[in-house]
Amino acid sequence: MRVKYVLSEVLVGLWRNVTMSIAMIITMAVSLTMLGASGLMYRQVDDMKDLYYKNIEVSIFLNQEVSEQERTELQTKLDGDPLVKDVLYVNKDEAYKRFKEMYQDAPDLVNAVKPDQLPESFRLKLNNPEQYKDIYDQYKDTAGVDEIVDQSRLLDKIFNILTSIQNIALAAAIVMAIAALLLVANTIQVAAYSKRREVAVMKLVGASNWFIQAPFVLEAVVAGLIGSLLGLVALVAAKYLLFDGSLSALQGLLSPISWGDILFIFPLMAGVGGLVSAATAWITLRFYLRV
Amino acid sequence: MTKTYPKASRPSLDNVSVSIEKGEFVFFIGPSGSGKSTIIKMLLHEVAPNKGRVVVNGKDVTSMRSWKRPHFRRSIGCVFQDFRLLPNRTAYENVAFALEVIGKTKAVARRVVPEVLELVGLGGKEHRYPHELSGGEQQRVAVARAFVNRPLILLADEPTGNLDPDTSIEIMRLLDRINRTGTTVVMVTHDSNIVNQMRRRVVEIESGRIVRDQARGVYG
Repeated sequence: MRVKYVLSEVLVGLWRNVTMSIAMIITMAVSLTMLGASGLMYRQVDDMKDLYYKNIEVSIFLNQEVSEQERTELQTKLDGDPLVKDVLYVNKDEAYKRFKEMYQDAPDLVNAVKPDQLPESFRLKLNNPEQYKDIYDQYKDTAGVDEIVDQSRLLDKIFNILTSIQNIALAAAIVMAIAALLLVANTIQVAAYSKRREVAVMKLVGASNWFIQAPFVLEAVVAGLIGSLLGLVALVAAKYLLFDGSLSALQGLLSPISWGDILFIFPLMAGVGGLVSAATAWITLRFYLRV
Repeated sequence: MTKTYPKASRPSLDNVSVSIEKGEFVFFIGPSGSGKSTIIKMLLHEVAPNKGRVVVNGKDVTSMRSWKRPHFRRSIGCVFQDFRLLPNRTAYENVAFALEVIGKTKAVARRVVPEVLELVGLGGKEHRYPHELSGGEQQRVAVARAFVNRPLILLADEPTGNLDPDTSIEIMRLLDRINRTGTTVVMVTHDSNIVNQMRRRVVEIESGRIVRDQARGVYG
């Protein structure tokens, strides 16, 4: 009977002030969607970093009039360098082959370039791609070196953009969370006020504190859980419409978000939604019920 | 015991000592602000004395932790001047509510509530709402609610304050009947008529001090 009583009180409570309940659920849903999105991006960026940095190269281009001796010396130095994991020498013919492959759609360009015009280069894989700067400082003045190009510079820019989008989502999640908390506190106050007579009688006849508080706290928790479910729906819709829809052209660039990732992030959203509303409701009751 | 409220210039109760036996019927009388209601609040563990001890049912409630208060309150029934009934519930539901929120089943309520409503003289009016009942009848519902859990003590804070003299006498007869079942009744009042008719123990308080404690007393 008591469980049934508490549950029916929760539903009655949510219904009694239905506009406020909806506002509470919507803000919570938006906040939790942002939280979920930022969590997904966190994983996404991690995955992409793994994927890209593994294949990333530092290219040391040699100038046209490099001598045999300079090249051998550089190769020996690179082979012995502790920062370098792998060295691949690309001579002019190979460079031309790569060039042809890369621009196979533009035969005019390919025809205009002769193998001789392309520079030889060393393609390095670093043990730690972030130590690019050390390599650059070490080899930029070495005889025969024309230019050092680091692909990770370019990637860093992309990742910076992704990280700042992630931060914006997180900031939006926090701002919306504050709004949601205030709404929860307000809803609980209104609920406690509209049930003040019942609460007074319950206190008088000795109903236990949890029994008095449970309907209010659960009301907030139910709102939080509904909010997180709506957040899940929003994330699924975002994957379906954005990633698999209009952004699918970027599929090669962005690593795909799996359904598993979304399902993995849902318990986090539900947990945060439920716990934070429960705590807010409970603290609000401390002030407005004095049980 | 002594109780001084913050910001008060003099103590609400100043070195007061009263002992009430099990099964007694006691009136606390005195002018407004004399400290009568403070005694009720202390017995309910709503306020604690600054000095001294409050012992109820052999338990020292002075040092009782607040989380034990709900269980403690189940042994005390309370009636107030303003009835404090739930307006959207019938007489039956008001009494049953008090049972159900302390964990009694609906089956227990179905058995006990009609009995106690009969006892207070409301047989046949179980399904009336408070606004369909007279003041005296509403107070009977409140008494039924206070008594339904068979408390050891019934506290009544000016229970006749809102009632006409005839109705007041009826309520007093009811409290007297409850007292005869062995329940200790502590009543705060300044209704001289009632005190004079009942001829029970009277404790008079003035400015926080006991000025009289008489076994079969009258008012003033």
